[in-house]
Amino acid sequence: MIHFDNICKRYPGGHDALNRINLRLPKGQMAFLTGHSGAGKSTLLKLIAMIERPTRGQIFLDGVNLNNISNRKIPYIRRNIGIIFQNHHLLYDRPVFDNVAMPLIIQGYRRQEIHKRVRAALNQVGLLSKEKSEPITLSGGEQQRVGIARAIVHKPLLLLADEPTGNLDPELSLEIMQLFARFNQVGTTVLIASHDLDLIKLIGAPSISLQDGKVAHNGLPFTVSNN
Amino acid sequence: MRNSPHRKNRLRSYFSHHLQVSLASLGRLYAQPAATLMTTAVIAIALALPVGLYIALDNVSKLSSDWDGSTQISLFLHTHVKNSDAQKLMNRLQKHRHIKKIDFITKEQGLEQFRETSGFGDALKYLDDNPLPIVLVIHPRIKENQATTTTRLVKELSKNKLVELAQLDVQWVKRLYTLLEIAHRSIWVISTMLAFAVLLIIGNTIRLDIQNRREEIEVSKLIGASDAFIRRPFLYTGLWYGIIGGLLATIVTFITLLLIESPIHRLALLYHSDFHLHGLGFAKTLLLILISCSLGLIGSWIAVSRHLKEIEPC
Repeated sequence: MIHFDNICKRYPGGHDALNRINLRLPKGQMAFLTGHSGAGKSTLLKLIAMIERPTRGQIFLDGVNLNNISNRKIPYIRRNIGIIFQNHHLLYDRPVFDNVAMPLIIQGYRRQEIHKRVRAALNQVGLLSKEKSEPITLSGGEQQRVGIARAIVHKPLLLLADEPTGNLDPELSLEIMQLFARFNQVGTTVLIASHDLDLIKLIGAPSISLQDGKVAHNGLPFTVSNN
Repeated sequence: MRNSPHRKNRLRSYFSHHLQVSLASLGRLYAQPAATLMTTAVIAIALALPVGLYIALDNVSKLSSDWDGSTQISLFLHTHVKNSDAQKLMNRLQKHRHIKKIDFITKEQGLEQFRETSGFGDALKYLDDNPLPIVLVIHPRIKENQATTTTRLVKELSKNKLVELAQLDVQWVKRLYTLLEIAHRSIWVISTMLAFAVLLIIGNTIRLDIQNRREEIEVSKLIGASDAFIRRPFLYTGLWYGIIGGLLATIVTFITLLLIESPIHRLALLYHSDFHLHGLGFAKTLLLILISCSLGLIGSWIAVSRHLKEIEPC
Protein backbone atom coordinates (compact mmCIF):
# COMPACT_ATOMS: atom_id res chain seq x y z
CA MET A 1 0.00 0.00 0.00
CA ILE A 2 2.74 2.38 1.03
CA HIS A 3 6.29 2.01 -0.21
CA PHE A 4 9.06 4.41 0.84
CA ASP A 5 12.12 4.09 -1.35
CA ASN A 6 15.21 5.76 0.08
CA ILE A 7 13.28 8.84 1.24
CA CYS A 8 15.06 11.94 2.51
CA LYS A 9 13.35 15.07 3.70
CA ARG A 10 15.34 18.17 4.44
CA TYR A 11 13.47 21.25 5.57
CA PRO A 12 14.58 24.70 4.50
CA GLY A 13 17.28 25.68 6.96
CA GLY A 14 19.05 22.35 6.64
CA HIS A 15 17.26 20.22 9.23
CA ASP A 16 17.08 16.60 8.08
CA ALA A 17 13.71 15.33 9.24
CA LEU A 18 13.97 12.02 7.45
CA ASN A 19 17.12 10.30 6.24
CA ARG A 20 17.11 7.35 3.81
CA ILE A 21 13.86 5.77 4.86
CA ASN A 22 12.88 2.45 3.29
CA LEU A 23 9.50 1.06 4.26
CA ARG A 24 6.81 -1.19 2.91
CA LEU A 25 3.36 -1.21 4.48
CA PRO A 26 1.25 -3.97 2.89
CA LYS A 27 -2.37 -3.49 1.98
CA GLY A 28 -4.75 -4.15 4.89
CA GLN A 29 -1.97 -3.81 7.45
CA MET A 30 -2.28 -1.85 10.66
CA ALA A 31 0.91 -0.38 12.07
CA PHE A 32 2.11 2.15 14.61
CA LEU A 33 4.76 4.75 14.04
CA THR A 34 6.65 5.50 17.23
CA GLY A 35 9.52 7.64 18.32
CA HIS A 36 10.28 10.76 20.32
CA SER A 37 8.86 14.02 19.20
CA GLY A 38 11.11 15.31 16.45
CA ALA A 39 11.98 11.81 15.30
CA GLY A 40 10.16 12.39 12.01
CA LYS A 41 6.76 10.72 12.60
CA SER A 42 4.70 13.70 11.48
CA THR A 43 6.94 14.37 8.50
CA LEU A 44 6.52 10.79 7.34
CA LEU A 45 2.73 11.07 7.50
CA LYS A 46 2.84 14.44 5.74
CA LEU A 47 4.82 12.92 2.88
CA ILE A 48 2.14 10.26 2.39
CA ALA A 49 -0.64 12.85 2.47
CA MET A 50 1.41 15.02 0.08
CA ILE A 51 1.39 17.93 2.51
CA GLU A 52 5.14 17.86 2.05
CA ARG A 53 7.24 16.58 -0.84
CA PRO A 54 10.37 14.46 -0.27
CA THR A 55 13.75 16.01 -0.97
CA ARG A 56 15.01 12.73 -2.40
CA GLY A 57 13.64 9.25 -3.05
CA GLN A 58 10.28 7.95 -4.15
CA ILE A 59 7.02 7.16 -2.43
CA PHE A 60 4.52 4.77 -3.95
CA LEU A 61 0.93 4.87 -2.74
CA ASP A 62 -1.15 1.96 -3.97
CA GLY A 63 1.33 1.60 -6.82
CA VAL A 64 1.29 5.27 -7.81
CA ASN A 65 4.58 7.16 -7.68
CA LEU A 66 3.74 10.34 -5.80
CA ASN A 67 6.63 12.20 -7.45
CA ASN A 68 4.67 12.02 -10.69
CA ILE A 69 1.61 13.69 -9.17
CA SER A 70 1.31 17.37 -10.02
CA ASN A 71 0.03 19.79 -7.38
CA ARG A 72 -3.26 19.99 -9.26
CA LYS A 73 -3.77 16.25 -8.90
CA ILE A 74 -3.00 16.12 -5.15
CA PRO A 75 -6.69 16.40 -4.12
CA TYR A 76 -7.49 13.19 -5.99
CA ILE A 77 -4.71 11.35 -4.14
CA ARG A 78 -5.98 12.66 -0.80
CA ARG A 79 -9.48 11.40 -1.53
CA ASN A 80 -8.18 7.87 -1.04
CA ILE A 81 -6.78 8.76 2.38
CA GLY A 82 -8.52 9.51 5.65
CA ILE A 83 -6.47 11.78 7.89
CA ILE A 84 -6.96 12.20 11.64
CA PHE A 85 -5.18 14.90 13.61
CA GLN A 86 -4.36 15.36 17.24
CA ASN A 87 -6.38 18.57 17.36
CA HIS A 88 -9.11 17.04 15.12
CA HIS A 89 -9.51 20.18 12.95
CA LEU A 90 -13.29 20.32 13.22
CA LEU A 91 -15.11 23.37 11.88
CA TYR A 92 -17.05 25.02 14.66
CA ASP A 93 -19.35 27.02 12.41
CA ARG A 94 -21.42 23.97 11.45
CA PRO A 95 -23.01 20.97 13.20
CA VAL A 96 -21.47 17.52 13.50
CA PHE A 97 -23.37 16.16 10.50
CA ASP A 98 -22.01 18.86 8.16
CA ASN A 99 -18.46 18.31 9.42
CA VAL A 100 -18.62 14.60 8.69
CA ALA A 101 -20.31 15.17 5.31
CA MET A 102 -17.48 17.38 3.96
CA PRO A 103 -15.47 14.68 2.14
CA LEU A 104 -18.63 13.44 0.44
CA ILE A 105 -19.72 16.93 -0.63
CA ILE A 106 -16.25 17.53 -2.04
CA GLN A 107 -16.48 14.34 -4.07
CA GLY A 108 -19.93 15.22 -5.39
CA TYR A 109 -22.07 12.59 -3.75
CA ARG A 110 -25.84 12.92 -3.92
CA ARG A 111 -27.83 14.10 -0.95
CA GLN A 112 -29.44 10.73 -0.10
CA GLU A 113 -26.12 8.96 -0.36
CA ILE A 114 -24.50 11.60 1.88
CA HIS A 115 -27.22 11.12 4.50
CA LYS A 116 -26.83 7.37 4.46
CA ARG A 117 -23.04 7.39 4.69
CA VAL A 118 -22.74 10.13 7.30
CA ARG A 119 -25.19 8.38 9.57
CA ALA A 120 -23.36 5.10 9.06
CA ALA A 121 -20.02 6.74 9.91
CA LEU A 122 -21.44 8.44 12.99
CA ASN A 123 -22.98 5.15 14.05
CA GLN A 124 -19.59 3.46 13.80
CA VAL A 125 -18.02 5.96 16.17
CA GLY A 126 -21.09 5.86 18.47
CA LEU A 127 -22.21 9.43 17.91
CA LEU A 128 -25.36 9.00 15.85
CA SER A 129 -27.36 10.82 18.51
CA LYS A 130 -25.10 13.88 18.23
CA GLU A 131 -25.44 14.52 14.50
CA LYS A 132 -27.21 17.85 15.04
CA SER A 133 -24.95 19.02 17.87
CA GLU A 134 -22.43 21.81 17.50
CA PRO A 135 -18.88 20.40 17.80
CA ILE A 136 -18.00 22.93 20.51
CA THR A 137 -20.58 21.33 22.86
CA LEU A 138 -18.91 17.91 22.63
CA SER A 139 -16.21 16.54 24.91
CA GLY A 140 -12.62 16.08 23.67
CA GLY A 141 -13.12 12.37 23.07
CA GLU A 142 -16.35 12.96 21.21
CA GLN A 143 -14.76 15.62 19.03
CA GLN A 144 -11.95 13.23 18.17
CA ARG A 145 -14.54 10.61 17.22
CA VAL A 146 -16.27 13.13 14.95
CA GLY A 147 -12.87 13.69 13.32
CA ILE A 148 -12.55 9.94 12.82
CA ALA A 149 -16.05 9.72 11.36
CA ARG A 150 -15.08 12.43 8.87
CA ALA A 151 -11.92 10.51 7.98
CA ILE A 152 -13.73 7.23 7.27
CA VAL A 153 -17.03 8.46 5.80
CA HIS A 154 -15.81 8.12 2.21
CA LYS A 155 -14.35 4.65 2.92
CA PRO A 156 -10.72 5.49 2.18
CA LEU A 157 -8.12 2.83 1.36
CA LEU A 158 -5.76 4.24 3.92
CA LEU A 159 -6.19 5.84 7.33
CA LEU A 160 -3.43 8.08 8.67
CA ALA A 161 -3.58 9.29 12.26
CA ASP A 162 -1.14 11.70 13.88
CA GLU A 163 -1.20 11.34 17.67
CA PRO A 164 -4.96 10.75 17.66
CA THR A 165 -5.05 10.15 21.42
CA GLY A 166 -2.64 12.89 22.41
CA ASN A 167 -5.20 14.87 24.39
CA LEU A 168 -7.28 12.01 25.77
CA ASP A 169 -7.23 10.04 29.04
CA PRO A 170 -6.10 6.36 28.87
CA GLU A 171 -9.59 4.90 28.83
CA LEU A 172 -10.77 7.07 25.95
CA SER A 173 -7.48 6.49 24.16
CA LEU A 174 -7.98 2.74 24.22
CA GLU A 175 -11.50 3.19 22.88
CA ILE A 176 -10.20 5.25 19.97
CA MET A 177 -7.45 2.76 19.18
CA GLN A 178 -9.92 -0.11 19.24
CA LEU A 179 -12.01 1.85 16.79
CA PHE A 180 -9.01 1.98 14.41
CA ALA A 181 -8.48 -1.75 14.89
CA ARG A 182 -12.11 -2.34 13.86
CA PHE A 183 -11.64 -0.36 10.64
CA ASN A 184 -8.51 -2.38 9.97
CA GLN A 185 -10.47 -5.60 10.38
CA VAL A 186 -12.70 -4.63 7.45
CA GLY A 187 -9.70 -4.10 5.20
CA THR A 188 -8.55 -0.52 5.67
CA THR A 189 -4.80 0.02 5.88
CA VAL A 190 -4.07 2.00 9.06
CA LEU A 191 -0.93 3.89 10.05
CA ILE A 192 -0.95 5.63 13.42
CA ALA A 193 1.77 7.87 14.79
CA SER A 194 1.82 7.65 18.58
CA HIS A 195 4.27 7.78 21.44
CA ASP A 196 1.98 5.90 23.85
CA LEU A 197 3.90 2.59 23.97
CA ASP A 198 1.65 0.98 26.61
CA LEU A 199 -1.37 1.57 24.47
CA ILE A 200 0.38 0.18 21.39
CA LYS A 201 1.24 -3.02 23.26
CA LEU A 202 -2.41 -3.34 24.26
CA ILE A 203 -3.58 -3.19 20.64
CA GLY A 204 -0.89 -5.56 19.50
CA ALA A 205 -0.22 -4.21 16.01
CA PRO A 206 3.37 -4.05 14.71
CA SER A 207 5.24 -0.81 15.14
CA ILE A 208 7.93 1.08 13.28
CA SER A 209 10.19 3.10 15.49
CA LEU A 210 11.87 6.21 14.19
CA GLN A 211 14.91 7.86 15.68
CA ASP A 212 16.57 11.02 14.35
CA GLY A 213 14.91 10.59 10.99
CA LYS A 214 15.91 6.96 10.56
CA VAL A 215 14.13 3.67 11.08
CA ALA A 216 15.48 2.32 14.38
CA HIS A 217 13.26 -0.72 14.55
CA ASN A 218 10.82 -2.18 12.06
CA GLY A 219 8.31 -4.67 13.44
CA LEU A 220 6.46 -5.10 10.15
CA PRO A 221 6.32 -8.60 8.67
CA PHE A 222 7.83 -9.26 5.22
CA THR A 223 9.45 -5.89 4.78
CA VAL A 224 12.88 -4.69 3.84
CA SER A 225 14.14 -2.24 6.39
CA ASN A 226 16.99 0.15 5.73
CA ASN A 227 20.54 -1.06 6.26
CA MET B 1 -11.56 6.31 -8.98
CA ARG B 2 -12.78 3.70 -6.59
CA ASN B 3 -15.47 5.47 -4.60
CA SER B 4 -16.95 7.80 -7.17
CA PRO B 5 -20.66 7.78 -7.82
CA HIS B 6 -22.04 7.22 -11.32
CA ARG B 7 -21.35 9.83 -13.97
CA LYS B 8 -24.94 10.90 -14.55
CA ASN B 9 -25.50 11.39 -10.85
CA ARG B 10 -22.20 13.21 -10.72
CA LEU B 11 -23.32 15.74 -13.32
CA ARG B 12 -26.63 16.26 -11.57
CA SER B 13 -25.00 16.69 -8.20
CA TYR B 14 -22.49 19.07 -9.83
CA PHE B 15 -25.26 21.48 -10.76
CA SER B 16 -27.09 21.09 -7.49
CA HIS B 17 -23.75 21.72 -5.77
CA HIS B 18 -23.34 24.95 -7.73
CA LEU B 19 -26.83 26.02 -6.74
CA GLN B 20 -26.13 25.16 -3.12
CA VAL B 21 -22.82 27.01 -3.08
CA SER B 22 -24.30 30.12 -4.69
CA LEU B 23 -27.19 30.17 -2.22
CA ALA B 24 -24.83 29.52 0.69
CA SER B 25 -22.68 32.46 -0.44
CA LEU B 26 -25.77 34.65 -0.59
CA GLY B 27 -26.77 33.38 2.84
CA ARG B 28 -23.38 34.41 4.23
CA LEU B 29 -23.86 37.92 2.87
CA TYR B 30 -27.37 38.01 4.33
CA ALA B 31 -26.04 36.93 7.71
CA GLN B 32 -23.89 40.08 7.87
CA PRO B 33 -26.29 42.74 6.57
CA ALA B 34 -24.33 45.77 7.75
CA ALA B 35 -21.01 44.71 6.21
CA THR B 36 -22.71 43.56 3.01
CA LEU B 37 -24.67 46.78 2.69
CA MET B 38 -21.56 48.90 3.15
CA THR B 39 -19.54 47.00 0.55
CA THR B 40 -22.34 46.93 -1.99
CA ALA B 41 -23.13 50.61 -1.35
CA VAL B 42 -19.54 51.56 -2.15
CA ILE B 43 -19.73 49.49 -5.33
CA ALA B 44 -23.08 51.07 -6.21
CA ILE B 45 -21.76 54.60 -5.76
CA ALA B 46 -18.66 53.84 -7.79
CA LEU B 47 -20.87 52.54 -10.59
CA ALA B 48 -23.67 55.12 -10.36
CA LEU B 49 -21.28 58.05 -10.70
CA PRO B 50 -20.02 57.30 -14.23
CA VAL B 51 -23.49 56.10 -15.20
CA GLY B 52 -24.96 59.44 -14.11
CA LEU B 53 -22.31 61.34 -16.06
CA TYR B 54 -22.96 59.16 -19.06
CA ILE B 55 -26.70 59.84 -18.93
CA ALA B 56 -26.10 63.59 -18.64
CA LEU B 57 -23.72 63.55 -21.60
CA ASP B 58 -26.05 61.34 -23.61
CA ASN B 59 -28.89 63.82 -23.10
CA VAL B 60 -26.78 66.82 -24.06
CA SER B 61 -25.63 64.98 -27.19
CA LYS B 62 -29.24 64.19 -28.13
CA LEU B 63 -30.24 67.79 -27.52
CA SER B 64 -27.49 69.16 -29.74
CA SER B 65 -27.79 66.61 -32.52
CA ASP B 66 -30.56 68.74 -34.11
CA TRP B 67 -27.92 71.29 -35.05
CA ASP B 68 -25.79 68.75 -36.77
CA GLY B 69 -24.56 69.81 -40.23
CA SER B 70 -26.06 73.24 -39.93
CA THR B 71 -22.84 75.14 -40.37
CA GLN B 72 -23.64 78.23 -42.35
CA ILE B 73 -22.27 81.69 -42.93
CA SER B 74 -24.54 84.74 -42.89
CA LEU B 75 -23.35 87.55 -45.15
CA PHE B 76 -24.91 90.80 -44.00
CA LEU B 77 -24.56 93.27 -46.90
CA HIS B 78 -24.38 97.02 -46.43
CA THR B 79 -27.88 98.50 -46.17
CA HIS B 80 -27.35 100.64 -49.31
CA VAL B 81 -26.67 97.61 -51.51
CA LYS B 82 -29.44 97.07 -54.04
CA ASN B 83 -31.08 93.77 -54.86
CA SER B 84 -29.55 93.69 -58.34
CA ASP B 85 -25.99 94.16 -57.03
CA ALA B 86 -26.59 91.52 -54.38
CA GLN B 87 -27.91 89.16 -57.07
CA LYS B 88 -24.72 89.68 -59.10
CA LEU B 89 -22.59 88.94 -56.03
CA MET B 90 -24.58 85.80 -55.39
CA ASN B 91 -24.14 84.58 -58.98
CA ARG B 92 -20.44 85.15 -58.71
CA LEU B 93 -20.12 83.42 -55.34
CA GLN B 94 -22.08 80.42 -56.51
CA LYS B 95 -19.09 79.43 -58.65
CA HIS B 96 -16.85 79.37 -55.59
CA ARG B 97 -15.55 75.87 -55.01
CA HIS B 98 -16.16 75.95 -51.25
CA ILE B 99 -19.75 77.10 -51.54
CA LYS B 100 -22.50 74.54 -51.95
CA LYS B 101 -25.62 76.70 -51.90
CA ILE B 102 -26.68 80.27 -51.23
CA ASP B 103 -30.03 81.45 -49.87
CA PHE B 104 -31.01 84.99 -50.85
CA ILE B 105 -32.95 86.84 -48.16
CA THR B 106 -34.29 90.20 -49.35
CA LYS B 107 -34.89 93.08 -46.99
CA GLU B 108 -38.62 92.36 -47.14
CA GLN B 109 -38.23 88.65 -46.42
CA GLY B 110 -35.94 89.51 -43.55
CA LEU B 111 -38.50 91.86 -42.11
CA GLU B 112 -41.23 89.25 -42.49
CA GLN B 113 -39.12 86.62 -40.69
CA PHE B 114 -38.26 89.08 -37.99
CA ARG B 115 -41.93 89.93 -37.53
CA GLU B 116 -42.85 86.26 -37.19
CA THR B 117 -40.17 85.13 -34.85
CA SER B 118 -39.27 88.06 -32.65
CA GLY B 119 -42.63 89.05 -31.26
CA PHE B 120 -41.96 92.72 -32.03
CA GLY B 121 -44.36 92.67 -34.98
CA ASP B 122 -46.44 95.57 -33.76
CA ALA B 123 -43.42 97.75 -33.07
CA LEU B 124 -42.24 97.35 -36.65
CA LYS B 125 -45.34 99.17 -37.89
CA TYR B 126 -43.94 102.39 -36.49
CA LEU B 127 -40.76 102.22 -38.55
CA ASP B 128 -40.69 104.45 -41.64
CA ASP B 129 -38.40 102.26 -43.71
CA ASN B 130 -36.89 98.80 -43.51
CA PRO B 131 -33.66 98.90 -41.44
CA LEU B 132 -32.64 95.37 -42.33
CA PRO B 133 -29.88 94.56 -44.81
CA ILE B 134 -29.95 91.96 -47.57
CA VAL B 135 -28.60 88.70 -46.24
CA LEU B 136 -26.92 85.94 -48.20
CA VAL B 137 -26.94 82.69 -46.29
CA ILE B 138 -24.02 80.64 -47.49
CA HIS B 139 -23.89 76.86 -47.03
CA PRO B 140 -20.24 75.95 -47.34
CA ARG B 141 -19.11 72.81 -49.09
CA ILE B 142 -17.05 71.33 -46.28
CA LYS B 143 -16.15 67.93 -45.10
CA GLU B 144 -16.64 67.17 -41.47
CA ASN B 145 -14.50 69.04 -38.98
CA GLN B 146 -12.83 71.11 -41.66
CA ALA B 147 -13.14 74.16 -39.52
CA THR B 148 -10.17 75.85 -41.21
CA THR B 149 -11.85 75.87 -44.63
CA THR B 150 -14.90 77.58 -43.16
CA THR B 151 -12.81 80.10 -41.29
CA ARG B 152 -10.81 80.93 -44.41
CA LEU B 153 -14.04 81.28 -46.35
CA VAL B 154 -15.44 83.67 -43.75
CA LYS B 155 -12.28 85.78 -43.91
CA GLU B 156 -12.35 85.85 -47.71
CA LEU B 157 -16.01 86.81 -47.87
CA SER B 158 -15.73 89.56 -45.29
CA LYS B 159 -13.17 91.33 -47.54
CA ASN B 160 -15.82 91.93 -50.21
CA LYS B 161 -16.83 95.58 -50.47
CA LEU B 162 -20.55 94.88 -50.42
CA VAL B 163 -20.32 92.83 -47.25
CA GLU B 164 -20.66 94.53 -43.91
CA LEU B 165 -20.39 91.42 -41.76
CA ALA B 166 -19.69 87.77 -42.40
CA GLN B 167 -20.75 85.66 -39.49
CA LEU B 168 -20.18 81.99 -38.92
CA ASP B 169 -23.36 80.95 -37.16
CA VAL B 170 -22.51 77.67 -35.69
CA GLN B 171 -19.05 78.10 -34.35
CA TRP B 172 -20.39 77.55 -30.86
CA VAL B 173 -21.93 74.27 -31.96
CA LYS B 174 -18.52 73.13 -33.03
CA ARG B 175 -17.11 74.23 -29.73
CA LEU B 176 -19.87 72.35 -27.98
CA TYR B 177 -19.07 69.21 -29.93
CA THR B 178 -15.44 69.49 -29.01
CA LEU B 179 -16.39 69.95 -25.38
CA LEU B 180 -18.66 66.94 -25.59
CA GLU B 181 -15.84 64.93 -27.04
CA ILE B 182 -13.62 65.95 -24.14
CA ALA B 183 -16.38 65.10 -21.66
CA HIS B 184 -16.91 61.78 -23.37
CA ARG B 185 -13.29 60.79 -23.04
CA SER B 186 -13.13 62.03 -19.47
CA ILE B 187 -16.07 59.83 -18.61
CA TRP B 188 -14.26 56.85 -20.08
CA VAL B 189 -11.22 57.61 -17.97
CA ILE B 190 -13.33 58.10 -14.83
CA SER B 191 -15.29 54.92 -15.54
CA THR B 192 -12.12 52.91 -15.99
CA MET B 193 -10.66 54.22 -12.77
CA LEU B 194 -13.85 53.55 -10.84
CA ALA B 195 -14.07 50.08 -12.35
CA PHE B 196 -10.59 49.46 -10.96
CA ALA B 197 -11.80 50.80 -7.62
CA VAL B 198 -14.67 48.30 -7.68
CA LEU B 199 -12.21 45.51 -8.49
CA LEU B 200 -10.06 46.54 -5.53
CA ILE B 201 -13.04 46.80 -3.17
CA ILE B 202 -14.33 43.37 -4.10
CA GLY B 203 -10.84 41.89 -4.14
CA ASN B 204 -10.11 43.21 -0.67
CA THR B 205 -13.46 42.07 0.73
CA ILE B 206 -12.89 38.59 -0.65
CA ARG B 207 -9.37 38.59 0.75
CA LEU B 208 -10.74 39.25 4.25
CA ASP B 209 -13.34 36.55 3.67
CA ILE B 210 -10.60 34.08 2.73
CA GLN B 211 -8.66 34.96 5.88
CA ASN B 212 -11.74 34.43 8.03
CA ARG B 213 -12.32 31.01 6.51
CA ARG B 214 -8.69 29.90 6.63
CA GLU B 215 -9.44 26.90 8.85
CA GLU B 216 -12.19 25.70 6.54
CA ILE B 217 -9.93 26.02 3.49
CA GLU B 218 -7.14 24.10 5.22
CA VAL B 219 -9.42 21.26 6.22
CA SER B 220 -11.03 21.16 2.78
CA LYS B 221 -7.62 20.87 1.13
CA LEU B 222 -6.65 18.09 3.50
CA ILE B 223 -9.69 15.99 2.70
CA GLY B 224 -9.16 16.30 -1.02
CA ALA B 225 -11.03 19.39 -2.17
CA SER B 226 -9.89 20.53 -5.60
CA ASP B 227 -8.85 24.14 -6.10
CA ALA B 228 -12.01 24.75 -8.11
CA PHE B 229 -14.13 23.50 -5.21
CA ILE B 230 -12.41 25.84 -2.76
CA ARG B 231 -12.55 28.80 -5.15
CA ARG B 232 -16.24 28.39 -5.90
CA PRO B 233 -17.88 29.93 -2.80
CA PHE B 234 -15.60 32.97 -3.02
CA LEU B 235 -16.31 33.47 -6.72
CA TYR B 236 -20.02 33.28 -6.01
CA THR B 237 -19.62 35.81 -3.20
CA GLY B 238 -17.91 38.16 -5.67
CA LEU B 239 -20.65 37.56 -8.19
CA TRP B 240 -23.31 38.39 -5.61
CA TYR B 241 -21.49 41.58 -4.64
CA GLY B 242 -21.51 42.49 -8.33
CA ILE B 243 -25.21 41.73 -8.79
CA ILE B 244 -26.31 43.55 -5.65
CA GLY B 245 -23.97 46.49 -6.35
CA GLY B 246 -25.25 46.73 -9.92
CA LEU B 247 -28.89 46.65 -8.82
CA LEU B 248 -28.23 49.29 -6.16
CA ALA B 249 -26.48 51.47 -8.76
CA THR B 250 -29.52 51.13 -11.03
CA ILE B 251 -31.84 52.12 -8.20
CA VAL B 252 -29.66 55.11 -7.25
CA THR B 253 -29.58 56.27 -10.88
CA PHE B 254 -33.33 55.78 -11.25
CA ILE B 255 -34.11 57.79 -8.12
CA THR B 256 -31.76 60.60 -9.19
CA LEU B 257 -33.42 60.80 -12.61
CA LEU B 258 -36.83 60.83 -10.96
CA LEU B 259 -35.75 63.72 -8.74
CA ILE B 260 -34.43 65.95 -11.53
CA GLU B 261 -36.87 65.00 -14.26
CA SER B 262 -39.65 67.46 -13.44
CA PRO B 263 -37.44 70.55 -12.98
CA ILE B 264 -35.68 69.71 -16.26
CA HIS B 265 -39.01 69.40 -18.01
CA ARG B 266 -40.08 72.77 -16.61
CA LEU B 267 -36.79 74.29 -17.79
CA ALA B 268 -37.36 72.81 -21.26
CA LEU B 269 -40.85 74.33 -21.34
CA LEU B 270 -39.33 77.72 -20.57
CA TYR B 271 -37.20 77.28 -23.72
CA HIS B 272 -40.28 76.22 -25.73
CA SER B 273 -38.78 72.77 -26.06
CA ASP B 274 -40.44 69.42 -25.59
CA PHE B 275 -37.15 67.97 -24.40
CA HIS B 276 -37.47 64.90 -22.18
CA LEU B 277 -34.79 63.36 -20.05
CA HIS B 278 -33.65 60.04 -21.46
CA GLY B 279 -32.90 57.39 -18.84
CA LEU B 280 -30.60 54.39 -19.19
CA GLY B 281 -33.08 52.14 -20.98
CA PHE B 282 -33.52 48.42 -20.51
CA ALA B 283 -30.58 47.21 -22.58
CA LYS B 284 -28.10 49.55 -20.97
CA THR B 285 -29.40 48.78 -17.48
CA LEU B 286 -28.80 45.13 -18.26
CA LEU B 287 -25.34 46.01 -19.52
CA LEU B 288 -24.62 47.92 -16.30
CA ILE B 289 -25.55 44.90 -14.17
CA LEU B 290 -23.59 42.62 -16.47
CA ILE B 291 -20.51 44.82 -16.13
CA SER B 292 -21.01 44.91 -12.38
CA CYS B 293 -21.24 41.10 -12.25
CA SER B 294 -18.08 40.76 -14.33
CA LEU B 295 -16.23 43.15 -12.05
CA GLY B 296 -17.39 41.12 -9.04
CA LEU B 297 -16.26 37.89 -10.62
CA ILE B 298 -12.92 39.25 -11.82
CA GLY B 299 -12.22 40.98 -8.49
CA SER B 300 -12.88 37.82 -6.52
CA TRP B 301 -10.92 35.74 -9.03
CA ILE B 302 -7.87 37.95 -8.55
CA ALA B 303 -8.16 37.77 -4.75
CA VAL B 304 -8.75 34.03 -4.75
CA SER B 305 -5.90 33.18 -7.09
CA ARG B 306 -3.55 35.40 -5.09
CA HIS B 307 -4.46 34.27 -1.60
CA LEU B 308 -5.66 30.66 -1.80
CA LYS B 309 -2.18 29.47 -2.70
CA GLU B 310 -0.86 30.93 0.55
CA ILE B 311 -3.09 28.64 2.57
CA GLU B 312 -1.64 25.16 2.64
CA PRO B 313 -2.27 22.57 5.31
CA CYS B 314 0.65 21.91 7.64
